[in-house]
Amino acid sequence: MVLAEHTGKQISEGTYELLGKARELAAALGGKAEVALFGPSDLASQLGGADVVVSVDHPALSDYLPEAYEQALTAVLADRDPRLLLMSNATVGLDLGAALSVRWQAPLAAYVTGLTAEAGLVVATAQILGGKVLAEAELTGERGIATVVGGVFPAVAGQGDGSPEVVEFAAPTALDSLRMSLRRVVEPQGGDVDITAADMLVSVGRGIDGQDNLEVVQELADALGVPLSASRPVVDAGWLPKSRQVGKSGLKVKPKAYLCFGISGAPEHLEGMRNAELIIACNTDPGAPIFEVAHYAATVDLFDLVPALVERVQG
Amino acid sequence: MKAVPDLVEEIELTPDETDIDREFLKFVLNEWDSQALEEALLVKDATGAEVVAVGLAEDPDIDQALYTAIAKGADAAVKISGGDGSTRTGDRAALLAGYLSSEPADLVITGVQAADDLDGQLPPMLAAHLGLPHVSVVVGIEASGDGVTVRQEFTGGRFHELHLTTPAVVGVQAARQAPRYAPISRIRQAMQAGGLRETEAAPAAAVPGLTVRRMYRPQAAGRAQLLTGDADEVAAKIVDLLRGRGLVKG
Repeated sequence: MVLAEHTGKQISEGTYELLGKARELAAALGGKAEVALFGPSDLASQLGGADVVVSVDHPALSDYLPEAYEQALTAVLADRDPRLLLMSNATVGLDLGAALSVRWQAPLAAYVTGLTAEAGLVVATAQILGGKVLAEAELTGERGIATVVGGVFPAVAGQGDGSPEVVEFAAPTALDSLRMSLRRVVEPQGGDVDITAADMLVSVGRGIDGQDNLEVVQELADALGVPLSASRPVVDAGWLPKSRQVGKSGLKVKPKAYLCFGISGAPEHLEGMRNAELIIACNTDPGAPIFEVAHYAATVDLFDLVPALVERVQG
Repeated sequence: MKAVPDLVEEIELTPDETDIDREFLKFVLNEWDSQALEEALLVKDATGAEVVAVGLAEDPDIDQALYTAIAKGADAAVKISGGDGSTRTGDRAALLAGYLSSEPADLVITGVQAADDLDGQLPPMLAAHLGLPHVSVVVGIEASGDGVTVRQEFTGGRFHELHLTTPAVVGVQAARQAPRYAPISRIRQAMQAGGLRETEAAPAAAVPGLTVRRMYRPQAAGRAQLLTGDADEVAAKIVDLLRGRGLVKG
């Protein structure tokens, strides 16, 4: 079973990634790929890749609200009794996964980057310790939960134009006495460059070592006529606005080329750019995880390389 | 508050490769717990609330972390024993839930996650054991009315402002400001004054766990082709690559 995430109008790409994997596992283990859809049930029409859509609608579910989703999902799990529950490893998964592990009494594997069925057993690969260690673990028992890193499974495998059976599930009464409420939704600030629309990005990380040094890479971005983007530490330090942040809690980008300087490649950053067509990474640490997704690696100092690039591009 | 392996260091595996080898690892305080403590102190600054820092006795250097919390402004610190030394988050949550059932707090604040959270994250597990409302990935907490208002962060810069009644559990992603600094002298003062309360707790029933088959270091994908030469030669190669794709004029 996959917990669907959506904006109210559109099912998220991550949901399709999970659904594709659910279909694969259902075929291997013998079962169905079901989607739990909370909120407006007309979104079921976007879930052609599912065998069954379990729909729960209630005013408390009109937006994502942790307690409402948790109550609804607990009720659905008790009724449908899936073998495996799949959720994203983003905010929703971080809210619900571990709580449901306790409430549903099911082992949970978090930070999952791989899931396979082996003779009736579900085996997860998870990345921990900043991506430095991978763990291969069995979700033993009749039920399990996996929260999956975004961008790892192909979304296209979860899309389809079938007609799933839609089961209208009664909203549990707990939804009428929640202890939390959504007061306000703050949308991301627009008005700045949309880095997700750029053909190419020049991206900068902690290695830039100071706001004053940003102009070095900005010059390259300008010379190439493309926006400057960044990893989280640069944005957290206030050197660039949030709209430039590439990564799990920023934006996902898929440009034709991604040139990054001084970015080590923490898993949360890789999640935001690993599917770029051409990745050229510059980092003086040859062991930096960014090199695991890069197509080309440069270990020269960025403060030497970037000016040399500017000269060649302009000259 | 929790100790985790320092990620700057090389991580070794145990001989049977089912876990990381903790014996020679350097441990540091979980950075998200550091953010959680700062956010707790900000709530204290605004409301005069009492902050109690809590850690598990088996964590390396936990005394240091707890005294540092006191030096930063926590009113008290408690070291909890009673578990079997398991480092699984599920088992830690069960022990902490046992403690919190006998010594409840209005608001339990902890880091949203830790780098070694293979089996899940602490805040939702605590909340589930205790039957409390919870919100994670929080970047700001303010007392309001009969509870708190929190800011929950989503991908792409979107936020939700939620109100929840207390008692509740909050998983902090980042505090509203960088964690404050406690001078070593003040930490030493706290150590000399003592006052770390030690207590034993009975763990709640933990969740069935994962069976870890093995842990391993990721193989470098091997596909990154190293561009050799000095900066100028590397620059020439990069520009060629971009030109070949029509991304640079000329």
